[in-house]
Amino acid sequence: MKPASPLSRFWAEFRESKVAFVALAIVVALVGVALAAPLIAPQNPYALADLVLMDARRPPGYVGSGGFTHILGTDAQGRDLFSAILYGLRISLQMGLIAGFIAFVVGVSLGLGAAYMGGRREAFIMRIIDLQLAFPAILLALVLSALLGQGKAQLITALVAAQYAYFARTAHGAAAAERGKDYVEAALSTPLPGWKVVFRHILPNCLPPLIVVATVQVANAIALEATLSFLGVGLPVTEPSLGALIANGFQYMLSGRYWISIYPGVALIVLIVAINLVGDQIRDQVNPRLKR
Amino acid sequence: MSDAFLDICNVSRRFAPRISFGQKIAAKLGQRVDARVTHAVDGVSLTVARGEALGLVGESGCGKSTLGRVVAGILPPSEGTTAVAGEPVMAHGRKTTTRVQMIFQDPFASLDPRMQVGDTIAEGPLAHGLTTKAQAPAYVGKWLTTVGLDPAFAARYPHQFSGGQRQRIAIARALAMQPDMLVCDEPVASLDVSIQAQIINLFLKLRRELGLTMLFISHDLGVVRHLCDRVAIMYLGRIVELGETQAVYAKPQHPYTQALLDSVPKLVLADGVTTSFKPIAGELPSPLSPPAGCHFHLRCPLVQERCRQERPKLREVAKGRLSACHFAPL
Repeated sequence: MKPASPLSRFWAEFRESKVAFVALAIVVALVGVALAAPLIAPQNPYALADLVLMDARRPPGYVGSGGFTHILGTDAQGRDLFSAILYGLRISLQMGLIAGFIAFVVGVSLGLGAAYMGGRREAFIMRIIDLQLAFPAILLALVLSALLGQGKAQLITALVAAQYAYFARTAHGAAAAERGKDYVEAALSTPLPGWKVVFRHILPNCLPPLIVVATVQVANAIALEATLSFLGVGLPVTEPSLGALIANGFQYMLSGRYWISIYPGVALIVLIVAINLVGDQIRDQVNPRLKR
Repeated sequence: MSDAFLDICNVSRRFAPRISFGQKIAAKLGQRVDARVTHAVDGVSLTVARGEALGLVGESGCGKSTLGRVVAGILPPSEGTTAVAGEPVMAHGRKTTTRVQMIFQDPFASLDPRMQVGDTIAEGPLAHGLTTKAQAPAYVGKWLTTVGLDPAFAARYPHQFSGGQRQRIAIARALAMQPDMLVCDEPVASLDVSIQAQIINLFLKLRRELGLTMLFISHDLGVVRHLCDRVAIMYLGRIVELGETQAVYAKPQHPYTQALLDSVPKLVLADGVTTSFKPIAGELPSPLSPPAGCHFHLRCPLVQERCRQERPKLREVAKGRLSACHFAPL
């Protein structure tokens, strides 16, 4: 008899929570439509030549000069909002995932390294990270974006700089607890080189809390990117993310053309809430103290 | 001693409390900060001959585990050196030899919970070229068989095993490094009594078949008697008595050893003669502020004025017998 693998047991438990299951389905669906945006979207919002200014700021349901129905209306440039949201979702997710991944690698390496080395080097690294955590992430990201200018690479740099500290903090805490355990000492006394012990033994045992932080931080990176784009320091207007779409429509809010801001906003909220719900469920499952 | 295989030379290990930045400031401002150093091991010299099993016995907190960790190369000594067959165990704060391997007390903590036990066993030998990736499964199987387990267990995780099985896996991991010497830190203390016997028999078998040298750390006098050729008694970081196991048990040459032996609970004999046991009076003094003179003088029935002033030297009181008591031989 083969015992159930830890992963399949985890999945079985995950499915028990209806909220988390629905949230996961929404995340998967949103990622799916974001990936398939060029296939689904009725219009390519980046093809500026295709835009017709006559169609600008039309309400949902308007049949435009392209011959199709703008189910969510159009924005100030005459772009089909539904298409723009799909492409915006694509960019938001891309930025969030890439920035989250790099921040994970950088932060976790620093946190694990600090916990393994100990002593002054640990104190030095962790105090810098504490210092950085004392500043609001948005402030740091804003300053960096302003200094680096617009563009995907610059934006990712700013997001990573604002977020790696959370990963470092979590990794350090978990690794410091593992560091003193017998199995780590056993591996070190073999002897094995330090980096092998860190990556083969300490890191796998620190993963559960890190996965939780990673989920939440991807959602935070998306929100942060949206905020930066809303403030106009994120991505260029030619490739609008959800945040930029909200910003574009903001000036028309009071003139009754609510749809330009509201629908991208709804997409953003649904995405972030769904990711957070999935993250919450994972956190509850990896934390044995919350087990029933 | 020329036949010294393990040579522990004047090893001390101190632990200084970590002083935080705030405490440093407080100390600068004239506040009293408790920064006393713990002398866990205090100038211990020991030798173990090739193939010999030396028992290291003492109460909790006497420094026997710390000494074991120094010998196994987990902790660097504050002073002194340890060498196996002339090869230093550590250099520049890193363990350099593979000839000493350690077996830990708690087999629930000493195996990586997220690694298949086969990978845990193969990891060290692969890193040190004792086997190859292709031969690793057979190599692991061989050592699992040696410790009395099914080679098919290699693909399982530690949580799928009982305590005794895990301790066998930990032993297989140590043996797979093909060491000459094992440091066993209370390897049976966390196991059921019935399992203890199996593991002790396994150690006896391994000693016989592999010619292993062993440093066996325990607080259990019965286990040590069963397994060890010689025994060293430790009290508050120092060796107080050393000798052949049988001789030490028959005629202790230090009042602490005597007290330890008296404190072992014994069975009521069939003819109605009960052998009472006496716990040792008093508590182990704090290693933060050990008493002056003989460390044992606060609890010793033979104490005299000299014991409070003068630290007794560990000296030979009979052939092969060392004692750190002013009044030995007793």
